Amino acid sequence: MIEKTLGKIYIGLILVFMYTPILVLIALSFNDSRSRVVWGGFTLKWYRTLFDNSSIMSAFGTTAALAFVSAAVASLIGLFAAIGIYSMKKRSVKVMLFFTNIPLLNADIVTGIALMLWFVRFFPLGFVSVLTAHITFNIPYVILCILPKLETMDIRQFEAARDLGASTAYAFTKVILPDLLPGILAGFFMAVTMSMDDFVITYFTKGPGVNTLSTLIYGEIRKGIKPEMYALSSVLFLLVLIILIIANKTDTVKEN
Amino acid sequence: MKKQMTSLLLVICMVSCCLCGCSGAPGSSDSNELTVFNYSEYLDPEMIEQFTKETGIKIKYEEATTPEEMYTKYISGAISYDLLCTSDYMVKRLIDEGQAQEVDFASMENFSNIDPKYLKISESFDPGNKYSLPYFWGTVGILYNTKKVKGPIDSWDVLFNGDYKGQIIMQDSMRDSFMVALKYLGYSLNTQDENEIHEAAELLKKQKDDVESYLVDEARDEVVAENATMAVVYSGEAYLGHDFNPDLEYVVPKEGSNLWVDSWIVTKNCKNTENAKKFLDFLCRDDVAYANFEYIYYSTPNKAAVDMMDDDLRNNPAIVPTDDSIKDCEVYEAFDEKTTSLYSDLWKEIKSE
Amino acid sequence: MNRKRTRFLSTPYILWIVGFTVIPLLFVFAKAFTDQSGTFTFGNVTAIFDSVHRKALLLSVELAFISSLICILISYPAALIIKASGVSNKKTIMFIMILPMWMNFILRILAIQMLISSNGIINHFLTVLGISPMSIINTPVAIVIGMVYDYLPYMLLPVLNCVLAIPEDIIEASKDLGANRFHVLTKILLPLSLSGIGSGITMVFVPSMTEFVIANILGGGKIQLLGNIIEQEFSVSMNWNLGSGLSVTLMIFVLLTTVIFGRTTSESDRGFVI
Repeated sequence: MIEKTLGKIYIGLILVFMYTPILVLIALSFNDSRSRVVWGGFTLKWYRTLFDNSSIMSAFGTTAALAFVSAAVASLIGLFAAIGIYSMKKRSVKVMLFFTNIPLLNADIVTGIALMLWFVRFFPLGFVSVLTAHITFNIPYVILCILPKLETMDIRQFEAARDLGASTAYAFTKVILPDLLPGILAGFFMAVTMSMDDFVITYFTKGPGVNTLSTLIYGEIRKGIKPEMYALSSVLFLLVLIILIIANKTDTVKEN
Repeated sequence: MKKQMTSLLLVICMVSCCLCGCSGAPGSSDSNELTVFNYSEYLDPEMIEQFTKETGIKIKYEEATTPEEMYTKYISGAISYDLLCTSDYMVKRLIDEGQAQEVDFASMENFSNIDPKYLKISESFDPGNKYSLPYFWGTVGILYNTKKVKGPIDSWDVLFNGDYKGQIIMQDSMRDSFMVALKYLGYSLNTQDENEIHEAAELLKKQKDDVESYLVDEARDEVVAENATMAVVYSGEAYLGHDFNPDLEYVVPKEGSNLWVDSWIVTKNCKNTENAKKFLDFLCRDDVAYANFEYIYYSTPNKAAVDMMDDDLRNNPAIVPTDDSIKDCEVYEAFDEKTTSLYSDLWKEIKSE
Repeated sequence: MNRKRTRFLSTPYILWIVGFTVIPLLFVFAKAFTDQSGTFTFGNVTAIFDSVHRKALLLSVELAFISSLICILISYPAALIIKASGVSNKKTIMFIMILPMWMNFILRILAIQMLISSNGIINHFLTVLGISPMSIINTPVAIVIGMVYDYLPYMLLPVLNCVLAIPEDIIEASKDLGANRFHVLTKILLPLSLSGIGSGITMVFVPSMTEFVIANILGGGKIQLLGNIIEQEFSVSMNWNLGSGLSVTLMIFVLLTTVIFGRTTSESDRGFVI
């Protein structure tokens, strides 16, 4: 019993460590002062002015578009790549995984500058260049999420379906895809998260006038972050939280 | 569950795509468009909208935090900027490297709003005022907490004498930090004498133990939060610092300091100089200059804007520095390559000490 | 599945790797092995032995090592507790771990700074409680806190994944055969979760090695990691050749680490799959 309580306390402490900074940021969104180090009383006004702030709203739009489009493309390419890698010989697998790991292992600044040096040569920097960069660093996450699922998958079912006369495409969508779906979704979710969170690579590959929340925040660090930014982050955070809770609820209901 | 998750994610995806209308196509060089590069938070975004409303010229607005960062981004050629606003020594460097276009500023309707005093100061990096147009200016000094200091603050000495160990914030910029040490030692801040520079570097190395942190503009917030007693800051930070925490005062030390001017230049890439001039003219207009001033509270060289201030603002030395406080101040000059790399090397040594 | 045929499914990806990973890297290598006038040199790569760079590299390794170690020490017991508690909904746990990442990374680090700065929130509480305030901001300790905070999920997820996958029967069986708890831990649990720990170490160690934003914000500009120096070569000193040279050295270093830890990592445990 004591052990259980101690365990709970331990997990609780980890959660406190992870979520205290988040609480600080949420608190700042209610702070009636333009400076983050002065508490000026409670206010909701940043949540109202947020929607009038065109630079934040457009940066949010760009960030979201970037995150979802890059994650979607990365999931597609990554899914096919994972299946391809899965059916390769052991040595080729090693080579492929090595290259897959490069974007993960490289310092962001190196990836960012390398891509910029390269992009500048053949197309103007803009939304598309950042998108390409994000897809590049997102694919590895997708592959690394899907591969293990492939390895635990029972390939005989697919072969059985084929033997029973199903077309490859049909057998793929009916047998393989459902098995891989958790992996694809996890990869997609990781990719969205990574894309939303990236600053360095975006900074170097973005074109004029293209701003994401990260690049906007970076510019604001020195002069003080706009309080609307905290408001937006809090809204976003709660939105994701609610979605996950709903998803979880329906999950448990189904299981019961 | 899987289906729900997929549909949920799809919904988020669609909603967000609608929200942004899939914004942002890659930049094409539309003739009725200007790409403007400026320091972050240095121009009221509403003024950009107003400019587009008045003239129909679209602005692509880009920001950076330091002159070096700007230079790197500009020179890499990744983005073709039409106009850029940067500091005196970087303006000089860009002019010297042939990156700036000569512009007939005098033909602009609102050019007369710029006080000739500042044009004269600008001559030190742009002789004849052919390439650059002053935008904001100021000094470098000490922002300190009157409740926590032990005596009057009027000299760089307080940063070096050990009285405020662990309570000092220095500028995280090699020129500004070296400037403080050089001025304290009684040298010119533009000295290219190796011995003097080495002496300043030794002083800064010794000082590092007493330094709380090396920051740029975020130094102001740290002093406001009383995490440090004093910080080396640009004069423009002093007004808001005092506003957030009334105990804070700003002083330009008696040994003299740096006088800086941030100016606009039209780059050689700019094809439509008429539009660029329209933009600069717009910035010089009294109401626009005042709006930009009110956005950041830095000192403006625009006398029409100064006239629009109320007495409190106009008599505040942090906003309109007195002639007396700037008499010992020097403007940065661009260094030759040898001194630049000496500075970089020594600065790297200091920072990793 | 016809393996020969499905192999070609990865063609788009291979093209993508060549176009956007390999070729850009060649640009970096080209810069690393030339000087500013464009002649071939090893100088930018061997520059790592200059005292300033060597010091930064050693400090980077040290902090990355400490951060990884702390992450293991936090994660492993947590994974065991979660396993023992019988919570089977791994998805929920994964989401709880990843959720903080939806607050922007820079904002989160700024929040940490506000918490631990000398006149910060935690010190306010300590003073109220009559405990003497701590001064950790702008020291390596602060940077380690930031790294552990930011990268803990990268360790927790693979370790948890691995520990939860250990069949309960094995543990029961060993207990029946008279193993005490210490033996269960050292002879059964630990060896079976090594691969998770291995990939966790790579996932934490690598970003900690190359990091510069955390060091900038929490180190107050007083502490230079190799990432900071590279960043400054690119953005301040404008010496892209030296920056590229140091990056190449950093890459080699990172690759060595992954090879060392990669040995204990079977492919299937890579990543943070639930």
